[in-house]
Amino acid sequence: MKHTISVLVENEFGVLARVAGLFSGRGFNIESLSVAPTLDPAISRMTIVTHGDERILEQINKQLHKLINTIRVIDFTDQDRVEREMALIKVSAEEDTRAEVLRIADIFRAKVVDVAPRCYTIEVTGTPGKVGAIVELLRPMGIRELVRTGPVVLGRGPKVVEK
Amino acid sequence: MKMTGSKILLECLRLEGIDTVFGFPGGTVINIYDDLVDSPIRHILTRHEQAAVHAADGYARATGKVGVVIATSGPGATNTVTGIATAYMDSVPLVIITGQVPTPLIGNDAFQEADIVGITRPITKHNYLVKDVQDLTRIVKEAFFIARTGRPGPVLIDFPKDIQVASTKFDYPETVNLPGYRPTYSGSLRQVEKAVKMILAAKHPVIYAGGGANTHDAAEWLRQLAETIEAPVTTTLMGMGAFPKKHPLSLGMLGMHGTYSANMAVTESDLLIAVGARFDDRVTGSVPHFAPHAKIIHIDIDPTSIKKNVRVDLPIVGDLHDVLEKMVANLAEFPEEVNRAKEETAPWRSRVAAWKESHPVRYTPSSSVIKPQFVIEKLRELTTDDAIITTEVGQHQMWTAQFFAFSRPRTFLTSGGLGTMGFGLPAALGAQVAFPERRVIDISGDGSFQMNSQELATLVQFNLPVKIVILNNNYLGMVRQWQQLFFRRRYSQTILEVPIDFVKLAEAYGAVGFSVSHPDEVEGTIRRAFDVPGPVIMEFKVEREENVIPMVPAGKALNEMVLSS
Repeated sequence: MKHTISVLVENEFGVLARVAGLFSGRGFNIESLSVAPTLDPAISRMTIVTHGDERILEQINKQLHKLINTIRVIDFTDQDRVEREMALIKVSAEEDTRAEVLRIADIFRAKVVDVAPRCYTIEVTGTPGKVGAIVELLRPMGIRELVRTGPVVLGRGPKVVEK
Repeated sequence: MKMTGSKILLECLRLEGIDTVFGFPGGTVINIYDDLVDSPIRHILTRHEQAAVHAADGYARATGKVGVVIATSGPGATNTVTGIATAYMDSVPLVIITGQVPTPLIGNDAFQEADIVGITRPITKHNYLVKDVQDLTRIVKEAFFIARTGRPGPVLIDFPKDIQVASTKFDYPETVNLPGYRPTYSGSLRQVEKAVKMILAAKHPVIYAGGGANTHDAAEWLRQLAETIEAPVTTTLMGMGAFPKKHPLSLGMLGMHGTYSANMAVTESDLLIAVGARFDDRVTGSVPHFAPHAKIIHIDIDPTSIKKNVRVDLPIVGDLHDVLEKMVANLAEFPEEVNRAKEETAPWRSRVAAWKESHPVRYTPSSSVIKPQFVIEKLRELTTDDAIITTEVGQHQMWTAQFFAFSRPRTFLTSGGLGTMGFGLPAALGAQVAFPERRVIDISGDGSFQMNSQELATLVQFNLPVKIVILNNNYLGMVRQWQQLFFRRRYSQTILEVPIDFVKLAEAYGAVGFSVSHPDEVEGTIRRAFDVPGPVIMEFKVEREENVIPMVPAGKALNEMVLSS
């Protein structure tokens, strides 16, 4: 089962390597990982998408906690949450497909952020499912390059993750 | 007053109560070594950085204090890796200080540069690169705090040469600020109460104690718990000494080379109380067949140990002393129930006693050739309870665990988790440094001994009277045993063809050597060696193809032991 985990870590040199090394060393899977500082610049927040059974997830959770630089670990899987990912998609825009590309972008409330003679770059944000859907629709038009950030997540409502 | 980084480091060590360090000098630690000349800290010069770490490890295991190592950058640092991994697997508190090339050169493939922080990340509890001399005292303070608290472990500090010569005001912090590191010491009372209910309902309880119980206070509470509920106790290799082997409730070791009674008791148990143990594969054998009828209570300070390898019905995270004390106290509130439970478990104890009686660990004695087990029994006869025994890794290690009746915590120092050949001699060295008056013996095989034999020089230099027992079968015996049993006796690369003259080797280093091959000479040789004031090698030429039994073949269930070779 897929899990989205937020990890608050001390914003210190080598922390990303510790987390990545933990996953690779113990054979855990990382589907995506995004990381940047929080409001408090001394703390970074990682969002990790991983999968595994209950036993593996329990180990991932505990092993992350065991790292000295880890302050909190929250598994958002069963929680009400806002989950968003961004993608930049460089897609072919030939005479006969250009309109279709723009229509798809419009449906997904995506933006064209760069235009070249036979190519558009589209920015889309949404749930990983929505990003996946636009990718599938644009695929027949000829996607030349694709970059996704991996999802970030916050819990819904006024409650916050405290360090 | 301003001080250099190098002087600050030594002052921090002093304030942490460190009076002895183990190490080996080199270019990037030369400033530290220069300052050591004026320091009250004693430096033990080993002949290899790996041995320095094992020696600090032996020192730490024997005393419970943090062992400290200094090594230079590059090869000095990479040589510490096996020692660090050994300590990490067995939860030994160490602080390893490695020199590093000056910060402007880091990343340039400079002479004797290695990314030791990167290399040791997965085998340390935590590690640091000091990038600013201002951070040094905080880092050293944190390193010692992390190494010795919670589940202990090694912490490495990589210390670049330019930071060693940089100066700042010395101010040692009183406390640490580690928001992400808060080990749980106090076990949940609610969980303890649940455990007591399970204990009082059990008909076939067994206590399974590991390395976590091998401290003086944990061992004391373990004994109290066992005696309160009269449950049989089996220990892991790392738990040897946590519960006296001669105690009527002791079953000895469980697992691959465990006793018949321990393995049968675990297999038939309906309640397994795991105390500071981690269900290693050498303990469980086939996991689906491990303790198949048992509910499992798992007490450990490290939450990651719980439910890692086996299902657990009741986890209790906390310090063993705290949890066991609460458990014993809670049991004391129900004296009638405890008595009833003890009556109900009496048939179980008789069954276990019958297993013990019918299948003790045994070997076939010989009057013409030395049996390795015989040497170990003789060593036990001729030593007192406070003797410290170290081993290398292999058959001799298992025979020591089987035949040496340990009765006190911190008297058996062995590489359990990583299984590091070459551990025993430097570990004995470190233990002897800690306890100059106690009998320290390295029980070794001829294979393992050669992995760190250079430390004979250190023993002689520091006049450390370690007694080394080499059970020489001219084989890499444990691998040979596997080849015999599972690879049709094809002894691929396990025959040590060159006969080593261990007496001459000892003498070459200025130590004393004895070599014997007849059983009648064993006792006299041990006595003679014990009378020598310095280090001695005793070589016993033993039965070459003696096997370690019982043996649970890898992947089999604990009750599928091979009982004879």
